[in-house]
Amino acid sequence: MSWIKPADVGFATRQLLADWGHGARLLLRLVRLFGAAFKRFGLVRDQIFFLGNYSLAIISVSGLFVGFVLGLQGYYTLQRYGSSEAVGLLVALSLARELGPVITALLFAGRAGTSLTAEIGLMKAGEQLSAMEMMAVDPVQRILAPRFWGGVIAMPLLAAVFSAVGILGGYVVAVLLIGIDSGAFWSQMQGGVDVWSDVGNGVIKSFVFGIAVTFIALLQGYEAQPTPEGVSRATTRTVVVSSLSVLGLDFVLTVMMFSI
Amino acid sequence: MQRSRNDVWVGLFVMVGLVAILFLALKSANLLSLSFQSDYRVTAKFDNIGGLKPKAAVKSAGVVIGRVESIAFDDKSFQAKVTLALESRYAFPKDSSLKVLTSGLLGEQYVGIEAGADEKMLAAGDSLSSTQSAVVLENLIGQFLFNKAAEGGSAPAGNSATPVGKKK
Repeated sequence: MSWIKPADVGFATRQLLADWGHGARLLLRLVRLFGAAFKRFGLVRDQIFFLGNYSLAIISVSGLFVGFVLGLQGYYTLQRYGSSEAVGLLVALSLARELGPVITALLFAGRAGTSLTAEIGLMKAGEQLSAMEMMAVDPVQRILAPRFWGGVIAMPLLAAVFSAVGILGGYVVAVLLIGIDSGAFWSQMQGGVDVWSDVGNGVIKSFVFGIAVTFIALLQGYEAQPTPEGVSRATTRTVVVSSLSVLGLDFVLTVMMFSI
Repeated sequence: MQRSRNDVWVGLFVMVGLVAILFLALKSANLLSLSFQSDYRVTAKFDNIGGLKPKAAVKSAGVVIGRVESIAFDDKSFQAKVTLALESRYAFPKDSSLKVLTSGLLGEQYVGIEAGADEKMLAAGDSLSSTQSAVVLENLIGQFLFNKAAEGGSAPAGNSATPVGKKK
Protein backbone atom coordinates (compact mmCIF):
# COMPACT_ATOMS: atom_id res chain seq x y z
CA MET A 1 0.00 0.00 0.00
CA SER A 2 2.09 2.87 -1.22
CA TRP A 3 -0.68 5.36 -1.97
CA ILE A 4 -3.45 6.67 0.22
CA LYS A 5 -6.42 7.03 -2.06
CA PRO A 6 -8.82 9.91 -1.32
CA ALA A 7 -11.70 7.55 -1.87
CA ASP A 8 -10.52 5.30 0.95
CA VAL A 9 -10.19 8.24 3.33
CA GLY A 10 -13.63 9.45 2.36
CA PHE A 11 -15.16 6.01 2.83
CA ALA A 12 -13.49 5.56 6.22
CA THR A 13 -14.69 8.99 7.38
CA ARG A 14 -18.23 8.29 6.22
CA GLN A 15 -18.22 4.93 7.96
CA LEU A 16 -16.85 6.44 11.17
CA LEU A 17 -19.54 9.11 11.18
CA ALA A 18 -22.24 6.52 10.49
CA ASP A 19 -20.98 4.37 13.38
CA TRP A 20 -20.95 7.33 15.74
CA GLY A 21 -24.42 8.31 14.60
CA HIS A 22 -25.69 4.77 15.26
CA GLY A 23 -24.10 4.84 18.69
CA ALA A 24 -25.43 8.25 19.63
CA ARG A 25 -28.97 7.30 18.55
CA LEU A 26 -28.82 4.10 20.56
CA LEU A 27 -27.59 5.99 23.63
CA LEU A 28 -30.38 8.53 23.24
CA ARG A 29 -32.95 5.75 23.00
CA LEU A 30 -31.56 4.00 26.08
CA VAL A 31 -31.69 7.23 28.08
CA ARG A 32 -35.24 7.89 26.93
CA LEU A 33 -36.26 4.35 27.89
CA PHE A 34 -35.55 5.22 31.55
CA GLY A 35 -39.24 5.25 32.41
CA ALA A 36 -40.08 2.16 30.43
CA ALA A 37 -37.22 0.21 32.02
CA PHE A 38 -38.34 1.11 35.52
CA LYS A 39 -41.95 0.17 34.82
CA ARG A 40 -40.68 -3.39 34.67
CA PHE A 41 -38.25 -3.01 37.51
CA GLY A 42 -37.88 -6.78 37.85
CA LEU A 43 -35.72 -6.82 34.72
CA VAL A 44 -33.50 -4.00 36.00
CA ARG A 45 -33.28 -5.67 39.39
CA ASP A 46 -32.02 -8.90 37.86
CA GLN A 47 -29.38 -6.96 35.97
CA ILE A 48 -28.27 -5.08 39.10
CA PHE A 49 -28.00 -8.49 40.74
CA PHE A 50 -25.96 -9.89 37.88
CA LEU A 51 -23.73 -6.83 37.29
CA GLY A 52 -23.50 -5.52 40.83
CA ASN A 53 -23.67 -8.36 43.31
CA TYR A 54 -21.42 -10.65 41.35
CA SER A 55 -18.84 -7.85 40.95
CA LEU A 56 -18.87 -7.08 44.66
CA ALA A 57 -16.21 -9.67 45.52
CA ILE A 58 -13.64 -8.58 42.94
CA ILE A 59 -14.29 -4.91 43.69
CA SER A 60 -13.90 -5.18 47.44
CA VAL A 61 -10.83 -7.41 47.28
CA SER A 62 -9.17 -5.05 44.77
CA GLY A 63 -10.12 -2.06 46.89
CA LEU A 64 -8.61 -3.66 49.97
CA PHE A 65 -5.30 -4.33 48.27
CA VAL A 66 -5.15 -0.92 46.59
CA GLY A 67 -5.73 0.58 50.05
CA PHE A 68 -2.93 -1.56 51.51
CA VAL A 69 -0.49 -0.48 48.81
CA LEU A 70 -1.48 3.20 49.02
CA GLY A 71 -0.93 3.07 52.77
CA LEU A 72 2.54 1.53 52.42
CA GLN A 73 3.72 3.69 49.54
CA GLY A 74 2.22 6.85 50.97
CA TYR A 75 3.91 6.20 54.29
CA TYR A 76 7.26 5.62 52.57
CA THR A 77 7.14 9.04 50.91
CA LEU A 78 5.50 11.02 53.71
CA GLN A 79 7.77 9.84 56.51
CA ARG A 80 10.70 11.52 54.74
CA TYR A 81 9.00 14.85 55.41
CA GLY A 82 8.02 13.91 58.91
CA SER A 83 4.30 13.97 58.18
CA SER A 84 3.44 10.29 58.19
CA GLU A 85 0.09 11.03 59.87
CA ALA A 86 -1.08 12.53 56.58
CA VAL A 87 -1.13 9.05 55.07
CA GLY A 88 -4.85 8.83 55.92
CA LEU A 89 -5.49 11.99 53.95
CA LEU A 90 -3.42 10.72 51.04
CA VAL A 91 -5.26 7.39 50.91
CA ALA A 92 -8.71 8.97 51.20
CA LEU A 93 -8.10 11.71 48.64
CA SER A 94 -6.53 9.48 46.04
CA LEU A 95 -9.28 6.88 46.43
CA ALA A 96 -12.26 9.23 46.51
CA ARG A 97 -11.08 11.52 43.72
CA GLU A 98 -9.26 9.25 41.32
CA LEU A 99 -8.57 5.61 41.98
CA GLY A 100 -11.97 4.53 43.27
CA PRO A 101 -13.98 5.53 40.20
CA VAL A 102 -11.26 4.70 37.64
CA ILE A 103 -10.15 1.28 38.86
CA THR A 104 -13.74 0.27 39.55
CA ALA A 105 -14.67 1.27 36.00
CA LEU A 106 -11.77 -0.71 34.53
CA LEU A 107 -12.65 -3.78 36.60
CA PHE A 108 -16.32 -3.30 35.79
CA ALA A 109 -15.49 -3.24 32.07
CA GLY A 110 -13.56 -6.48 32.43
CA ARG A 111 -15.96 -8.25 34.75
CA ALA A 112 -19.40 -7.02 33.66
CA GLY A 113 -18.91 -5.27 30.31
CA THR A 114 -17.50 -8.34 28.60
CA SER A 115 -20.34 -10.53 29.78
CA LEU A 116 -22.87 -8.01 28.50
CA THR A 117 -21.21 -7.89 25.09
CA ALA A 118 -20.90 -11.65 24.84
CA GLU A 119 -24.50 -12.18 25.94
CA ILE A 120 -25.98 -9.74 23.47
CA GLY A 121 -23.61 -10.75 20.68
CA LEU A 122 -24.64 -14.39 21.10
CA MET A 123 -28.31 -13.41 21.19
CA LYS A 124 -27.74 -11.65 17.92
CA ALA A 125 -25.77 -14.57 16.45
CA GLY A 126 -28.55 -16.95 17.48
CA GLU A 127 -31.06 -14.58 15.85
CA GLN A 128 -32.93 -14.19 19.11
CA LEU A 129 -33.02 -10.43 18.68
CA SER A 130 -34.55 -10.80 15.20
CA ALA A 131 -37.03 -13.29 16.61
CA MET A 132 -38.10 -10.76 19.23
CA GLU A 133 -38.60 -8.15 16.56
CA MET A 134 -40.75 -10.63 14.64
CA MET A 135 -42.94 -10.95 17.74
CA ALA A 136 -43.21 -7.16 17.92
CA VAL A 137 -41.06 -7.02 21.05
CA ASP A 138 -38.53 -4.21 20.90
CA PRO A 139 -35.15 -5.77 21.78
CA VAL A 140 -33.71 -2.38 22.74
CA GLN A 141 -36.45 -1.91 25.29
CA ARG A 142 -36.65 -5.51 26.51
CA ILE A 143 -32.96 -6.49 26.46
CA LEU A 144 -30.71 -3.45 26.27
CA ALA A 145 -32.45 -0.85 28.45
CA PRO A 146 -32.63 -2.97 31.65
CA ARG A 147 -28.96 -3.89 31.26
CA PHE A 148 -28.01 -0.27 30.64
CA TRP A 149 -29.82 1.07 33.69
CA GLY A 150 -28.72 -1.86 35.84
CA GLY A 151 -25.10 -1.06 35.02
CA VAL A 152 -25.55 2.67 35.50
CA ILE A 153 -27.04 2.07 38.97
CA ALA A 154 -24.53 -0.57 40.01
CA MET A 155 -21.37 1.28 38.99
CA PRO A 156 -21.43 4.25 41.47
CA LEU A 157 -22.32 1.89 44.31
CA LEU A 158 -19.40 -0.37 43.42
CA ALA A 159 -17.04 2.62 43.24
CA ALA A 160 -18.18 3.78 46.67
CA VAL A 161 -17.61 0.29 48.08
CA PHE A 162 -14.16 0.28 46.48
CA SER A 163 -13.19 3.62 48.06
CA ALA A 164 -14.60 2.73 51.48
CA VAL A 165 -12.90 -0.66 51.57
CA GLY A 166 -9.69 0.96 50.32
CA ILE A 167 -9.74 3.47 53.17
CA LEU A 168 -10.21 0.61 55.61
CA GLY A 169 -7.27 -1.15 53.95
CA GLY A 170 -5.17 1.98 54.35
CA TYR A 171 -6.24 2.09 58.00
CA VAL A 172 -5.16 -1.51 58.52
CA VAL A 173 -1.69 -0.88 57.07
CA ALA A 174 -1.08 2.58 58.53
CA VAL A 175 -2.55 2.14 62.00
CA LEU A 176 -2.39 -1.56 62.76
CA LEU A 177 0.81 -2.45 60.89
CA ILE A 178 2.96 0.68 60.91
CA GLY A 179 1.59 2.12 64.11
CA ILE A 180 0.49 5.61 63.12
CA ASP A 181 -1.83 7.14 65.69
CA SER A 182 -5.42 6.27 64.85
CA GLY A 183 -6.77 9.67 65.90
CA ALA A 184 -4.26 11.52 63.73
CA PHE A 185 -5.04 9.21 60.81
CA TRP A 186 -8.75 10.06 60.90
CA SER A 187 -8.44 13.72 61.85
CA GLN A 188 -5.96 14.48 59.07
CA MET A 189 -8.36 12.78 56.68
CA GLN A 190 -11.37 14.66 57.96
CA GLY A 191 -9.49 17.93 57.85
CA GLY A 192 -8.57 17.56 54.21
CA VAL A 193 -11.43 15.73 52.49
CA ASP A 194 -14.40 17.81 51.42
CA VAL A 195 -17.79 16.16 51.08
CA TRP A 196 -18.89 17.85 47.88
CA SER A 197 -15.70 18.66 46.04
CA ASP A 198 -13.97 15.33 46.73
CA VAL A 199 -16.50 12.65 47.61
CA GLY A 200 -19.34 14.15 45.54
CA ASN A 201 -17.21 14.63 42.45
CA GLY A 202 -15.96 11.08 42.80
CA VAL A 203 -19.54 9.83 42.78
CA ILE A 204 -20.31 11.93 39.68
CA LYS A 205 -17.23 10.50 37.98
CA SER A 206 -18.24 6.93 38.73
CA PHE A 207 -21.75 7.64 37.42
CA VAL A 208 -20.32 8.95 34.12
CA PHE A 209 -17.99 5.95 33.86
CA GLY A 210 -20.96 3.65 34.53
CA ILE A 211 -22.82 5.17 31.58
CA ALA A 212 -19.73 4.96 29.34
CA VAL A 213 -18.73 1.38 30.15
CA THR A 214 -22.22 -0.10 30.09
CA PHE A 215 -23.14 1.71 26.90
CA ILE A 216 -19.95 0.70 25.07
CA ALA A 217 -20.45 -2.93 26.11
CA LEU A 218 -24.05 -2.92 24.88
CA LEU A 219 -23.19 -1.15 21.64
CA GLN A 220 -20.36 -3.57 20.84
CA GLY A 221 -22.67 -6.52 21.46
CA TYR A 222 -25.51 -5.04 19.47
CA GLU A 223 -23.31 -4.14 16.49
CA ALA A 224 -21.26 -7.37 16.59
CA GLN A 225 -20.89 -9.58 13.53
CA PRO A 226 -23.27 -12.48 14.20
CA THR A 227 -20.54 -15.10 14.07
CA PRO A 228 -18.43 -16.71 16.83
CA GLU A 229 -15.44 -14.74 15.60
CA GLY A 230 -17.42 -11.51 15.53
CA VAL A 231 -18.62 -11.99 19.12
CA SER A 232 -15.09 -12.63 20.33
CA ARG A 233 -13.84 -9.54 18.52
CA ALA A 234 -16.65 -7.45 19.97
CA THR A 235 -15.80 -8.66 23.48
CA THR A 236 -12.15 -7.70 23.04
CA ARG A 237 -13.16 -4.32 21.64
CA THR A 238 -15.40 -3.71 24.65
CA VAL A 239 -12.46 -3.98 27.02
CA VAL A 240 -10.13 -1.89 24.86
CA VAL A 241 -12.57 0.87 23.96
CA SER A 242 -14.16 1.18 27.39
CA SER A 243 -10.82 1.20 29.22
CA LEU A 244 -9.46 3.90 26.95
CA SER A 245 -12.60 5.99 27.14
CA VAL A 246 -12.67 5.70 30.94
CA LEU A 247 -9.11 7.00 31.13
CA GLY A 248 -9.83 9.76 28.60
CA LEU A 249 -13.08 10.78 30.29
CA ASP A 250 -11.28 10.76 33.63
CA PHE A 251 -8.80 13.31 32.36
CA VAL A 252 -11.57 15.54 30.99
CA LEU A 253 -13.65 15.27 34.17
CA THR A 254 -10.65 15.95 36.39
CA VAL A 255 -9.79 19.05 34.41
CA MET A 256 -13.39 20.26 34.67
CA MET A 257 -13.88 19.44 38.36
CA PHE A 258 -10.64 20.10 40.13
CA SER A 259 -8.48 22.50 38.17
CA ILE A 260 -10.70 25.56 38.39
CA MET B 1 -44.75 -7.02 40.02
CA GLN B 2 -43.76 -10.44 41.31
CA ARG B 3 -41.16 -10.74 44.02
CA SER B 4 -38.09 -12.83 43.52
CA ARG B 5 -35.22 -14.43 45.38
CA ASN B 6 -32.90 -11.78 43.98
CA ASP B 7 -34.74 -9.01 45.81
CA VAL B 8 -32.88 -9.71 49.04
CA TRP B 9 -29.46 -9.75 47.44
CA VAL B 10 -30.07 -6.67 45.30
CA GLY B 11 -31.37 -4.89 48.37
CA LEU B 12 -28.29 -5.87 50.32
CA PHE B 13 -26.03 -4.73 47.47
CA VAL B 14 -27.72 -1.34 47.23
CA MET B 15 -27.55 -0.97 51.01
CA VAL B 16 -23.85 -1.84 51.09
CA GLY B 17 -23.22 0.76 48.37
CA LEU B 18 -25.18 3.45 50.20
CA VAL B 19 -23.41 2.62 53.46
CA ALA B 20 -20.10 3.01 51.62
CA ILE B 21 -21.14 6.47 50.34
CA LEU B 22 -22.28 7.41 53.86
CA PHE B 23 -18.99 6.15 55.26
CA LEU B 24 -17.07 8.30 52.79
CA ALA B 25 -19.19 11.34 53.59
CA LEU B 26 -19.29 10.96 57.37
CA LYS B 27 -16.09 9.25 58.36
CA SER B 28 -13.61 10.53 55.80
CA ALA B 29 -15.07 13.96 55.13
CA ASN B 30 -16.65 14.46 58.55
CA LEU B 31 -19.92 15.92 57.30
CA LEU B 32 -21.56 15.54 60.72
CA SER B 33 -19.32 17.76 62.76
CA LEU B 34 -19.32 20.46 60.12
CA SER B 35 -23.02 21.08 59.87
CA PHE B 36 -24.71 20.14 63.11
CA GLN B 37 -22.91 22.32 65.59
CA SER B 38 -24.07 25.81 66.37
CA ASP B 39 -21.40 28.45 66.42
CA TYR B 40 -20.92 32.20 66.76
CA ARG B 41 -18.92 34.51 64.56
CA VAL B 42 -16.29 36.98 65.59
CA THR B 43 -13.99 39.04 63.41
CA ALA B 44 -10.37 40.04 63.73
CA LYS B 45 -7.94 42.09 61.67
CA PHE B 46 -4.46 40.84 60.93
CA ASP B 47 -1.55 42.74 59.37
CA ASN B 48 -0.54 39.60 57.53
CA ILE B 49 -2.24 36.21 57.51
CA GLY B 50 0.45 34.38 55.57
CA GLY B 51 -1.02 31.24 54.02
CA LEU B 52 -4.16 31.03 56.15
CA LYS B 53 -7.13 29.61 54.23
CA PRO B 54 -10.88 29.49 54.84
CA LYS B 55 -11.85 26.37 56.85
CA ALA B 56 -8.53 26.35 58.67
CA ALA B 57 -8.78 25.33 62.31
CA VAL B 58 -9.04 27.71 65.25
CA LYS B 59 -7.24 26.11 68.18
CA SER B 60 -6.94 26.93 71.82
CA ALA B 61 -4.38 24.97 73.82
CA GLY B 62 -4.12 22.73 70.79
CA VAL B 63 -7.81 21.80 70.76
CA VAL B 64 -9.89 22.68 67.71
CA ILE B 65 -12.65 25.03 68.87
CA GLY B 66 -13.73 26.56 65.57
CA ARG B 67 -13.00 27.24 61.93
CA VAL B 68 -11.95 30.19 59.82
CA GLU B 69 -15.13 31.16 58.04
CA SER B 70 -13.96 33.73 55.55
CA ILE B 71 -11.05 35.97 54.73
CA ALA B 72 -11.43 39.39 53.17
CA PHE B 73 -9.27 42.42 52.56
CA ASP B 74 -10.14 45.68 54.27
CA ASP B 75 -9.05 48.55 52.05
CA LYS B 76 -9.57 51.16 54.79
CA SER B 77 -6.92 49.86 57.15
CA PHE B 78 -5.13 47.69 54.56
CA GLN B 79 -5.44 44.66 56.79
CA ALA B 80 -6.84 41.17 56.36
CA LYS B 81 -10.29 40.81 57.90
CA VAL B 82 -10.79 37.26 59.12
CA THR B 83 -14.15 35.93 60.27
CA LEU B 84 -13.96 33.05 62.74
CA ALA B 85 -16.78 30.66 63.56
CA LEU B 86 -16.29 29.47 67.14
CA GLU B 87 -18.31 26.65 68.66
CA SER B 88 -21.06 27.94 70.93
CA ARG B 89 -20.12 25.66 73.81
CA TYR B 90 -16.81 27.44 74.26
CA ALA B 91 -16.77 30.99 75.63
CA PHE B 92 -13.70 33.22 75.57
CA PRO B 93 -12.95 36.49 77.37
CA LYS B 94 -13.30 39.67 75.32
CA ASP B 95 -9.59 40.48 75.46
CA SER B 96 -8.41 37.11 74.12
CA SER B 97 -5.60 37.37 71.61
CA LEU B 98 -5.19 35.68 68.23
CA LYS B 99 -2.08 34.43 66.46
CA VAL B 100 -1.56 32.86 63.07
CA LEU B 101 0.49 29.73 63.73
CA THR B 102 1.85 26.86 61.70
CA SER B 103 1.49 23.21 62.65
CA GLY B 104 4.86 21.58 62.19
CA LEU B 105 7.59 22.97 60.01
CA LEU B 106 5.74 22.81 56.71
CA GLY B 107 2.23 22.15 57.96
CA GLU B 108 -1.09 23.90 57.59
CA GLN B 109 -1.57 27.31 59.11
CA TYR B 110 -4.17 27.80 61.81
CA VAL B 111 -5.35 30.47 64.20
CA GLY B 112 -4.37 30.10 67.82
CA ILE B 113 -6.55 31.83 70.41
CA GLU B 114 -5.23 32.63 73.85
CA ALA B 115 -7.70 33.45 76.58
CA GLY B 116 -7.43 36.88 78.21
CA ALA B 117 -8.48 37.96 81.67
CA ASP B 118 -11.61 40.03 80.94
CA GLU B 119 -14.79 39.27 82.88
CA LYS B 120 -16.96 39.76 79.82
CA MET B 121 -17.18 36.98 77.27
CA LEU B 122 -17.10 37.27 73.49
CA ALA B 123 -20.48 37.48 71.79
CA ALA B 124 -21.49 37.03 68.17
CA GLY B 125 -20.34 39.90 66.00
CA ASP B 126 -17.58 41.08 68.31
CA SER B 127 -14.19 41.90 66.92
CA LEU B 128 -10.90 40.96 68.52
CA SER B 129 -8.27 43.68 68.54
CA SER B 130 -5.08 42.02 69.74
CA THR B 131 -3.78 39.94 66.88
CA GLN B 132 -0.37 38.74 65.84
CA SER B 133 0.56 38.20 62.21
CA ALA B 134 1.84 35.07 60.60
CA VAL B 135 5.57 34.62 60.53
CA VAL B 136 6.73 35.19 56.98
CA LEU B 137 9.86 33.23 56.32
CA GLU B 138 11.34 35.78 53.89
CA ASN B 139 11.00 38.60 56.43
CA LEU B 140 12.58 36.44 59.08
CA ILE B 141 15.55 35.58 56.88
CA GLY B 142 15.87 39.19 55.80
CA GLN B 143 15.95 40.32 59.41
CA PHE B 144 18.49 37.66 60.28
CA LEU B 145 20.80 38.73 57.46
CA PHE B 146 20.35 42.36 58.42
CA ASN B 147 21.32 41.60 62.02
CA LYS B 148 24.32 39.58 60.85
CA ALA B 149 25.45 42.48 58.68
CA ALA B 150 25.04 44.90 61.60
CA GLU B 151 27.09 42.59 63.83
CA GLY B 152 29.85 42.25 61.25
CA GLY B 153 29.99 46.03 60.93
CA SER B 154 33.03 46.77 58.81
CA ALA B 155 33.24 43.29 57.27
CA PRO B 156 33.73 43.42 53.50
CA ALA B 157 30.64 43.05 51.35
CA GLY B 158 31.82 39.75 49.90
CA ASN B 159 31.47 38.11 53.31
CA SER B 160 27.71 38.35 53.35
CA ALA B 161 27.63 35.59 50.73
CA THR B 162 28.95 32.98 53.17
CA PRO B 163 26.45 30.20 53.93
CA VAL B 164 24.08 31.04 56.75
CA GLY B 165 24.52 27.73 58.50
CA LYS B 166 28.26 28.11 58.95
CA LYS B 167 29.15 29.53 62.36
CA LYS B 168 32.31 31.60 62.64
